[in-house]
Parts: sequence; C-alpha cells; structure tokens
Amino acid sequence: MVENKEVLLSVKDLKVAFGAKKHSFEAVRGISFDIYKGETFGLVGESGSGKTTVGRAIIRLIPVSGGEIIFNGERISGKIPRALDKKVIRNIQMIFQDPMASLNERAKVDYIVKEGLLNTEKGLSAQEYENRVQKALMDVGLLPEFAGRFPHEFSGGQRQRIGIARALIMKPSFIIADEPISALDVSIRAQVLNLLSNLQKERGLTYLFIAHDLSVMRFISDRIAVIHKGRLVEMAETEKLFQHPLHPYTQALLSAIPLPNPEAEKQKKLKIYDPACQDYSTDPPVWAEAAEGHFILANQAELKKYREVLQHAR
Amino acid sequence: MEREVVLSVRDLNVKFRMRKKALHAIRGISLDLYQGESLAIVGESGSGKSVLSKNFIGLLDKNGYVESGTIQFGGKDITHLKEKEWEQIRGGQIAMIMQDPMTSLNPLKSIGWQICEALKYHRKIVGQAAQKKAVELLTDVGITEPETRLKQYPHEFSGGMRQRVAIAIAVACNPQVLICDEPTTALDVTIQAQILNLLKSLKDRYGLTLVFITHDLGVVANIADRIAVMYAGDIVEIGTCDEIFYDPKHPYTWALLSSLPQLGTKGEKLYSIQGTPPNLYLPIRGDAFAPRNPNALAIDYLHRPPYFQVSETHKAKTWLLDSRAPKIAPPEQIQSIRSICFLGGETDGRE
Repeated sequence: MVENKEVLLSVKDLKVAFGAKKHSFEAVRGISFDIYKGETFGLVGESGSGKTTVGRAIIRLIPVSGGEIIFNGERISGKIPRALDKKVIRNIQMIFQDPMASLNERAKVDYIVKEGLLNTEKGLSAQEYENRVQKALMDVGLLPEFAGRFPHEFSGGQRQRIGIARALIMKPSFIIADEPISALDVSIRAQVLNLLSNLQKERGLTYLFIAHDLSVMRFISDRIAVIHKGRLVEMAETEKLFQHPLHPYTQALLSAIPLPNPEAEKQKKLKIYDPACQDYSTDPPVWAEAAEGHFILANQAELKKYREVLQHAR
Repeated sequence: MEREVVLSVRDLNVKFRMRKKALHAIRGISLDLYQGESLAIVGESGSGKSVLSKNFIGLLDKNGYVESGTIQFGGKDITHLKEKEWEQIRGGQIAMIMQDPMTSLNPLKSIGWQICEALKYHRKIVGQAAQKKAVELLTDVGITEPETRLKQYPHEFSGGMRQRVAIAIAVACNPQVLICDEPTTALDVTIQAQILNLLKSLKDRYGLTLVFITHDLGVVANIADRIAVMYAGDIVEIGTCDEIFYDPKHPYTWALLSSLPQLGTKGEKLYSIQGTPPNLYLPIRGDAFAPRNPNALAIDYLHRPPYFQVSETHKAKTWLLDSRAPKIAPPEQIQSIRSICFLGGETDGRE
C-alpha cells in the first residue's frame, strides 16, 4: 500500500451518456473514486459494465455528461484550455486491449512509437527522435533494430510491448491499461505483467488497470473497485476485498475465478448475482464506507449488516 | 480399467505447404480418446492443438496434409476421406464448437432456422417436430423463453448466450464426440464459469465425449478427466487431471503451471517462460523445449526423449524421468497448488 496518500486523479460523480434525448443511454451512472500517486488501481467488471468507458472518459476520448475529473489538482473534464489538453495528453497514456488491432499495420514500429513525440515535442533532431525510440524499445525488452519492421512481423506479446513503448515514450505519470493481457496467451501474460510492474517500480508510474479477471487483479492491484451496470458496487484494498467480499456481485465474480486445483475446483459452488435479491424500492442504496477504506453500494439495512460482518471478522 | 476407445490417433504427422517450404505442425502424435471422457488439450498458441483437432473433423486448411499416420474412428481411417464422406461424420458424429460465437453463427438467419438446419441435415427431422426439438435444445442449454428466442437473430444475443446457441446446434445431432476449441476465451470470467458448468452437465446428459482445447491450464481443472499438454506439435505429457496438477513431470508443464497468475504473490515476479517456441520449418533435434528449459540436460539437445511411463495413465516425454538423470525438483510454486482454495474468504457462497 502507498504510504503518503497523495491523490493523483480524482473522479467525482462521473456520468457518461451515449446518444441524445430519448435514445440516450447512461453507461456510467455517477461513480467516484480517487487514485493515489504510485499505486495500481484496478477496475473490474463484466463486459457492458462501463469499465472501458470510465477509462476513455478520463483520457478525454469520450465527453462526460456529468461530474468531473480532476488530475493533479486541475479539472480535465469538459471544456479545458489547449495548453492543459496538451498536458493531459503528455501525462496520461493508454495501453489498449488488442495488440492486433491497436497498431497501424501500414506504419513501421519506428513511426508508431515516435508519433506521439512528433506531435508534442516538435523540433527535435532526427537523431534525438531515433535515440528516444530506441530507448523506449529497449525499456520494454525489444531490440532497437525492430524499429524498422512492420507490426505483422511480431507475435502478440511483442506487439503489446510496442503498445507499451508507445505509451512510455511520452514519459507519462499515469497509464490507463485497458485489458492489456486478455488477448494474450497465458505464458505471455506473465511476461507483460512483470514488465508493467517493473516499469512501475522504476519510474513510480500510477496505473489504472481495467480487466474482467479478478485473479490477475489480485496479482497486480493495490486497490480494486468493482463496477456493475455503470455504478461502483464495492471498493477496497485488494486483500481486504478478497478476504471479505461484501456485495453479492463481488462474491459472484470471485466465485467465477477458475482455480488451478482440481479438488478445490470440484467443491467450488458458482454464485450467480441476481439483482432481485436486493430490495431497493423504499430504501435506495448509497455509496458508503463500511470500514476504513472499504466502500460499498448498499442501503441502510444492508450497511448495518455489512459493518457487523467486518467487525466480526476482525 | 476397460474402456471403449472412440477415436484413436496413431503416429500422426501433419505438414503445411508454405511458400515451397514444409511446416511440420504435428510431429508424430499418438492418442486414444475413450468413450464418455473429457480430454483437455493444453498448449501455447502455435503448439498445434487446433491443427490436431481439425484433423478429427476434416477441416484442415487447404495447404495442410497428413503425411503419415492414421486416425481410427468408427472402424475406419478418417485421414484421407472425401468431402462427401466427411459430411456423414462432421456435425453428425463429431461436432465442434468454435472460439468466437460472433463469427460461428450466421447473422442473416434466425437461430431457430440454424438449429433446424442441423436437425434436417443429420437427423431428417423437419417441420413441427424440428421446432419442438429446437425448443427442447434451447431449454437444455439454459436459454429462457425458448419459443421467443427461436425467432431472434444472433445480434440480439449476448456473447455468452450466443455460445449457448452454438452449443445447442452442436449437440442437436447427438454427436458422439464434441470438440470445443477455446470455447470460453472470448467470454467474461463469470460467463466462462457458466459455460464450463453447462458443458459438464450436457456431457453427462447426452453421454458426450469431450475434447476441450485451451491455452489456460487454470480453466480445465473442473472439466477435464485427462489432460494432454502439447508443445511444438507433440504431446509432451498426458495424464489424469490430478496427475497433471499435483504431480507434473515435464519441465514445460511446470512452466505452464508456474506462470498462472493465481499462483503469483503480489510484489514478486510472476514466473514466465523465456524465449520463443521453436521454428517448425526446421527439423528439431532432441527435446523441442530444451532451449527454453533452465535446467536442460546435455542429452536434451541430442536425442528426442521417448515416453516414460509414470503410472498406468500418466506418461511424459522428458529425459528427467530416465533412471540416469539427475533429480530436479519441480518449482516451488506448483508444489503449493493443493493449497489454493476459494478466494472469497469466509463470507463465501458455500452455504
């Protein structure tokens, strides 16, 4: 856990809607969280839960329809000055899910990695650009001579490294990794995960790690937030969440993790989350702190129950 | 234990013609598939696991050919069948579920039509009877309101539901063998668990023999009776589920198990396999995994290891099992596999 808690990014009551008026659909329905400097914050949810939308809203790919996003003390959502926009681009970078689709097939690796620099640091000499590209490639464990090749010449794991190099060359302080390993083979997943955590140690990077797989999250995240249908349902430090999952949806997600142990796996009972098990007609749920640092979406009656569970567990 | 062999592969070699060079994709595999079992084939991408299973269903790419070896199914060799003969077997006796349910269904036809098509071709069931059977199948795969759903098109279904439809079509013709090629890779973890449970219950109800192909050893613990680990076009280790997880012998199986994130500890390096798989255009000398194996022996580079029998059901191709080999213990992480338990703590769903 990060000791001195300096907030790097703060999301307050974020709402994102697609479509207009009658056809509008609210994909993110008011979520709030803080990300501290130097930590890895995990955002977990099923497909369609809005987790990717949150990441894209932060990096300004999608306009927000409500709430605000504050980065380094400055509001970066909505209309912002050009200079700040440039600063956001420099400081926040994204790693995408599918390395097969996120690299320009017609550009050489050299250009793919360099493109960001060309836009933000104009007027460097060709030699300097080349040095920076080569350094970025070496940082992610690729050979400098790969710069002259095309993306199709690389395997999935190597392509994902190119994607990471492209983000790193901007010297960002905050990286949004949107399912960076779900398209990769198990053996290559380990390599990319190790690379990401090494880079974090070396450069003090902060990550927002988006995924649907909680077993990977446990390995990489300091804190985890669980998102369901556009709302956060639970947020806690990783081990606390795994030890005492409170929300039935979190429990369902945990029960779905495949265990590489035949005996335990055969005894495991799969839980399926049914929203009907909660009656919110008279007492709507609120986002509240059940224990220190352990937030949950619950109504008053449930909150009381959850607090007892946590007290009992201690 | 006397069990009926459904499908028997003997010394199979498959090659692909690629720009005048030959790629040796399957390098001499022998395998028996028993009635009613579920066999998981596990390996990295490019290890040949999909190529092997495509031979069972006659869907080998045009530039691929069986160089030698046989596959016995239903009393005959199916390696050199004509397309007409394949139509009898494919779908009817051996069915397949593909990885991506988005692409394996026809977007222009209702799913009712697609299920009835299978019934018409293979079982000559048409009209009202086919409709009734289709409703039954959809109920079996856990789709609610089957009558309404029949009239809908694939785009109206979610990914998990689409995979359920694909499974319904596959089991519609009562196949003997069902091949599942990475059926859950494109799905969410929660849906993956549901599909795995569904496959398991269908296997019991329909008496299917399952071949389950995946790159993730983590998902097969529940569904597989036996596991075959493939590397560079060869089965390097095969055994029962318990034998592979609790007593793996081949260094490659060790590596695959150790790299599972479930076994990692936060803050420490996750084990990863160094290097890349061998180039299958070139002849391979010795053990194909040797260059990536941190404790490879000198003989690994010279001679290809034969199978060493560990138990009646368990064998592995590694010189480590030779009586003259030094004793090398498997990595620590995988000795703790037995202690992995449910990750939800005490307040879990076991009530």
